[in-house]
Amino acid sequence: METQTIKNKETDLTVTERISGSEAIVRCLIAEGVKVLYGYPGGAIMPVYDELYKYQDKIHHVLTRHEQGATHSAQGYARISGEIGVAIATSGPGATNLITGIADAQIDSTPMICITGQVPSHLLGSDAFQETDIVGISSPVTKWNCQVTKASQIPEAIAKAFFIAKSGRPGPVLVDITKDAQFEEFDFSYQKCTKVRSYVPVPKTVSGTLEAAAKLINGAKKPMIIWGQGVVLSEAEEAFKAFVEKSGIPAAWTILGASALPTSHRLNVGMLGMHGNYAPNKLTNECDVLIAIGMRFDDRVTGDLTKYAKQAKVIHFEIDPSEIDKNVKTDVAVLGDAKATLTAILPLINENTHTAWHQEFKDLYAIEYEKVIKDDLYPTKEGLTMGEVIHQINVHSNGDAAIVTDVGQHQMIACRYAEFNKTKSNITSGGLGTMGFGLPAAIGAKMAAPEREVVSISGDGGYQMTIQELGTIFQQKAAVKVVVLNNDFLGMVRQWQQLFFDKRYASTEMINPNFVAIAEGYYLKARKVTKREDLAAAVKEMMESKEAYFLEVCVEKEGNVFPMVPSGASVSDIRLS
Amino acid sequence: MSTEKQLFTISVYTENNIGLLNRISAIFQRRHINIESLNTSPSEIEGVSKFTIVVNMTDENMKKIIGQIEKQVEVIKAYYHKDEDTIYQESCIFKMQSDLLFEERQIQNIIKDSNARIVTVNKSFFVIEKSGRKEEVDLIYKELKPFGILQFTRSGRVSVSKQPMEISQMLTAFN
Repeated sequence: METQTIKNKETDLTVTERISGSEAIVRCLIAEGVKVLYGYPGGAIMPVYDELYKYQDKIHHVLTRHEQGATHSAQGYARISGEIGVAIATSGPGATNLITGIADAQIDSTPMICITGQVPSHLLGSDAFQETDIVGISSPVTKWNCQVTKASQIPEAIAKAFFIAKSGRPGPVLVDITKDAQFEEFDFSYQKCTKVRSYVPVPKTVSGTLEAAAKLINGAKKPMIIWGQGVVLSEAEEAFKAFVEKSGIPAAWTILGASALPTSHRLNVGMLGMHGNYAPNKLTNECDVLIAIGMRFDDRVTGDLTKYAKQAKVIHFEIDPSEIDKNVKTDVAVLGDAKATLTAILPLINENTHTAWHQEFKDLYAIEYEKVIKDDLYPTKEGLTMGEVIHQINVHSNGDAAIVTDVGQHQMIACRYAEFNKTKSNITSGGLGTMGFGLPAAIGAKMAAPEREVVSISGDGGYQMTIQELGTIFQQKAAVKVVVLNNDFLGMVRQWQQLFFDKRYASTEMINPNFVAIAEGYYLKARKVTKREDLAAAVKEMMESKEAYFLEVCVEKEGNVFPMVPSGASVSDIRLS
Repeated sequence: MSTEKQLFTISVYTENNIGLLNRISAIFQRRHINIESLNTSPSEIEGVSKFTIVVNMTDENMKKIIGQIEKQVEVIKAYYHKDEDTIYQESCIFKMQSDLLFEERQIQNIIKDSNARIVTVNKSFFVIEKSGRKEEVDLIYKELKPFGILQFTRSGRVSVSKQPMEISQMLTAFN
């Protein structure tokens, strides 16, 4: 903890006060504006919980039913609000249970702080009860982490954690604090961290790159924009919209970028990647200039890299220099924060409409509509589709809901068909693909934005990975709308087994419990729909409910998600059936 | 851009913090890259540590790895160099039985010819030290081996670059 942080001179006058390390932790959180944190108590973190009890009028602790739930709730909180989510747990198993959520936050660049208790410092390395090397374990999946063994180190460590988690490309940070440091008294004062010597949150935009990018864009005949979460994280939505509208360039999104531009926007041409829309995938390999903004060319987006946009000049707007040329070779890299770079490039961009080029997207959309979308959203055959459920949610939410999804078929369908009017409305586990993410993330989202309608959509598999968080919903009176699209299968794996493993359905069929009874066991209003004629009314009832509501929809068992870019295939080889 | 693997010497300037070695080595482990040698030490700047890492990889992957290393919050700056762009040395010591020194005249010639030196001699053993390039260390090892080596330890590479690495200026700019 000897790292040089540069003290902010204005706050240097803070009065010192003699308090315990554990009280200091809570005071630091309050000083950083934390109002809600998610966690689970245990031996090594008990002094902090004792202080949380004393400060409960200033900071609200949410007892989740599992530490993994605490991390996902903190993630949901962060994703809908843009603020840092905070999770807290004890040492040993409490700490290791955080790991999945931390890894998820790392790969999806979610600002999160995890505070873990640790055995007293004199027991470190002795295999003490509930001792685990959480700093070692979490290193590969945190943006930064540290262990604190003295109370006097707490303010600097927490200040640094908050600065690092949120600045630049955000990510999770873990601070591990030994129990003796929590008990120890010291002279407390708190200064926010504004600078870390070895850390450059936002790289300088290299001189000339904006001009070079503008020249390529202005000269392009078939340009295409692909955007990701960077637009959301830098709160660049307005600058992005202005850029898209002035340039007239069709824009497609990654699932983490969804909702940064409204679904209904005329220049929004849909979703990229494995289960994305037909047109943007196909035309990635026909555009002449590909403009990537705040996205990282994930393999689920690019498919086979050797056949990805080889004909195009690639411009990459990116805050993280290590992403440049990592997967796709860039012609012009525009380093910096998306809001700043998009604002700066706008005056250099010529107005355009690209009418003929847009027509190509429309023509391909028409094909996809006929072959896939029509039957997903307005099916006539027996058996409910996941798509028609999402359609009903759109109808009854007017596209204003935040949609929180789990992982699998329902996630792809929800991302494809949910209508988003507002930014930060698609909360999902993209990079890690964490089943069990959805329900606890929805709790965090609802608590961060109580004024918003938050709909959690899960499959029957992922739902049961964190189903115990229904207890948190009940205890917190979080008015989350919980939808389970039940096909009695681990549907996405089953789809792959059908397509690539000759229908050998190894361990994907689920014999499920009575989900309605379980929800009612947690005192939630609950309803089950098995027939099309009941769907609209049930969704309406759910959306109109002022309290939490559970809706199970039994959908067709062997429905598949299309279009599909088979794993390892080129985006041009996207299949419609 | 070369797709051939070659030796690179990576120099990483960092804060002196517990756990950073773990983070840096994990970058290689995760990508299944073997580290040929690794040395950590204080650098020319007070309070700043320096990692010197030797790896065998392609130029393209090297650039990506440097990006991943610099992404670590407590890394100040990372550089990579080909062998011809650095001055580098390794060091090694041999412990051998003392009677060999008198019975095998050849050993004294090896020490003389290879510019090695005797660090200590006592009744039972003597210790030879040799610093030099990798090939020189390889050679003296090969020459001494037939006589029976009791213990042998070889250091990681230490290196300085021919071109400046302007860390001090960079740190001044931060402040």
